[in-house]
Amino acid sequence: MNKTAFLGALTVTGLAAGAAAAATLDDVRDRGTLNCGVSTGLTGFSAPDANGNWEGFDVAVCRAVAAAVLEDPEAVEFVPTTGQTRFTALASGEIDLLARNTTWTFSRDNDLKFEFVGVNYYDGQGFMVPKELGVTSAKDLGGATVCIQTGTTTELNLADFFRTNNMEYEPVPIETNAEAQQQYLADACDVYTTDASGLAATRASFENPGDHVILPEIISKEPLGPLVRHGDNEWGDIARWTLNALIAAEEYGVTSANIEELSQGTQNPEVNRLLGTEGNLGEMIGLDAEWAKRAIMAGGNYGELFERYLGESTPVGLARGLNAQWTDGGLLYAPPFR
Amino acid sequence: MASTVDASSRQGFKLSQLIYDTRYRSLTIQAIAMALLVLFLSWLVSNTVQNLSDLGKDFDFGFLGQRAGYDINQTLIPYTSGSSHARAAIVGILNTLLVAFLGCILATIVGVIAGVLRLSKNWLVARLMTVYVEGFRNVPLLLWIIAIFAMMTEATPQPRDFREGGTASMWLWDSVAVSNRGVYIPAPVWGPGSTALIIVFVLSIAAIIGFRRYAFRRQEATGVLLPILPVSLALFFLPSILAYFVLGGPVSLAYPELGGFNFQGGLHMRNSLIALWLALSLYTGAFIAEIVRGGILSVAKGQSEAAFALGLRPSRTMNLVILPQAMRVIIPPLISQYLNLTKNSSLAIAVGYMDARSTLGGITINQTGRELEGMLLLGLFYLVLSLIISGAMNVFNARMKLKER
Ligand SMILES: N[C@@H](CCC(=O)N[C@@H](CS)C(=O)NCC(=O)O)C(=O)O
Repeated sequence: MNKTAFLGALTVTGLAAGAAAAATLDDVRDRGTLNCGVSTGLTGFSAPDANGNWEGFDVAVCRAVAAAVLEDPEAVEFVPTTGQTRFTALASGEIDLLARNTTWTFSRDNDLKFEFVGVNYYDGQGFMVPKELGVTSAKDLGGATVCIQTGTTTELNLADFFRTNNMEYEPVPIETNAEAQQQYLADACDVYTTDASGLAATRASFENPGDHVILPEIISKEPLGPLVRHGDNEWGDIARWTLNALIAAEEYGVTSANIEELSQGTQNPEVNRLLGTEGNLGEMIGLDAEWAKRAIMAGGNYGELFERYLGESTPVGLARGLNAQWTDGGLLYAPPFR
Repeated sequence: MASTVDASSRQGFKLSQLIYDTRYRSLTIQAIAMALLVLFLSWLVSNTVQNLSDLGKDFDFGFLGQRAGYDINQTLIPYTSGSSHARAAIVGILNTLLVAFLGCILATIVGVIAGVLRLSKNWLVARLMTVYVEGFRNVPLLLWIIAIFAMMTEATPQPRDFREGGTASMWLWDSVAVSNRGVYIPAPVWGPGSTALIIVFVLSIAAIIGFRRYAFRRQEATGVLLPILPVSLALFFLPSILAYFVLGGPVSLAYPELGGFNFQGGLHMRNSLIALWLALSLYTGAFIAEIVRGGILSVAKGQSEAAFALGLRPSRTMNLVILPQAMRVIIPPLISQYLNLTKNSSLAIAVGYMDARSTLGGITINQTGRELEGMLLLGLFYLVLSLIISGAMNVFNARMKLKER
């Protein structure tokens, strides 16, 4: 008797668990908010403003997905994660989407069982040193003390870089960007290394950004993108095509300024399909016709977001570079909306 | 009572008796509790298995053999980024053991001194110790770790300042450098002949122990006291110093020197180690102080009065009468303080000290996605370590127990 009850309990809990793991879309809708994992604070990418509202380039991805799915870009619960906690948070279901300067790698995709839905920033790892050190190349860093964030690809690239160049170094492992900044400014390390965009963002928040230089060497490829759990393809598709919608909108000249006008109908069928005035793309991913329109209206198209949070006019001051549209010699290339 | 037994044996067994009959009730409750526990555990296990398979993950320790790929700053055994995750875990475990060992020693010293001084008749000293104990006991350990670490990085000069014409200089005839990256001290260099020196040293320690035993036995038999302290000190220093010169100075010191970005040579005690060590020791020391104070107070006043009446000096009264009795009270809670200190050392990540939690339970888990396996291994490590510590301390306790003659 005991045994059957035991087995019964096993199957029931098994079924319950199985059902909960699929259908993230239903969970998000029932909850009414999107749980989105972001960093603990990196200017330009994800940081709370003076009023405690999260904003930034990664935050904008969360808001676009919330706008597409929940019709409200504010319906996001931001969960700050460190380099070490982010994957556990996603795998355990604490967050539905992770948008935190995360590099798409083979093992994260396949061994850690995640699904990267695209790339929102093409980056590479760089080094920042105080100007007064007089260092001009990363090859001169032998013997230096280097601050790194643990649980990142940065850590692995760094080990490889110093090994292949036959140099010694002293790693100082650190949990968050804020701590790294404090250690670096206190000269507890000579060098800070992370994604070049992160270096620019970090330097932008210094009192005297001009006292620090970013060395010319970029030692790795860091395609940063949002990711979801393996195994829920519908949810992965929604996140992927929301990002693609932002990129395509820039390509087709759909901006937050002209989107209302364009959604009356245009001569360009691709724009019409994107904005839901033609065809039934929304239905195909389980959303309504205006999902992409709302996603773009949440903060503007990819180019607008870039200009607002990272562009040359912001303190971070990044050039588009690789992150320009393919038509402008960059790598951004959204597949056709048809 | 007798009538119930009679009645039930006459009427046979009824199901309601399981609840209403005091003879069966406790059994029933135990059986139900057991069944619930088994159900709960099986639910946990099946849920885990199910969730793992939903994520497409298996349960496999194979990752331990893979290349770790990351560097560790403080390694007590040779390690490179090409070593395996298992080796990285061992490096972390050794770092945990190091800080736990150093911490237990310093915490005991601090705790005993503070505990005894808190009973001092000197008002100021006693009050100061009270402030220390209450200050450290009542503020979370994590804050102390971070505060000490911050003080050490912000208040000390950077290596560059030690350059010619810089603002900082080394201590103790240019042998110790205190910088914001840690403390660099001279490191011993073991030249040829140092083995002989070590053997001489070990032998002199053995001689000290032997002499003490002999002196003790003689005192038991004849009542004559031998000068234990001077002889011990002489045995400790003289043979080793003699041997050092006879062997032509086999051990020398490598002094830290500024080269490139950092100091080279010498022994580098990183700020992360020092901050963690000090914070753990001072925090646990405050608890040990209370334990020691309680232990001493637990010995009846009549004991010391009797000792004084016999003409024993205060120091001998402490050593021969009070402490042996206080030890019985002190050791058991002391064991749990050592266990606490060891487990608290897992807060190391706050200052980037690479202990077992930071390597195996941190970076390795993060790079391989093996949370469950890594955490189980880590739990197992702390469990085994705790059992070993309490086992060793229990043996010590058994030896310190009052023995009747
Ligand atoms: N792209 C790397 C590094 C990501 C990373 O940790 N970036 C830093 C600086 S660019 C960051 O976002 N820090 C914010 C925080 O500490 O929360 C990875 O995915 O492993």
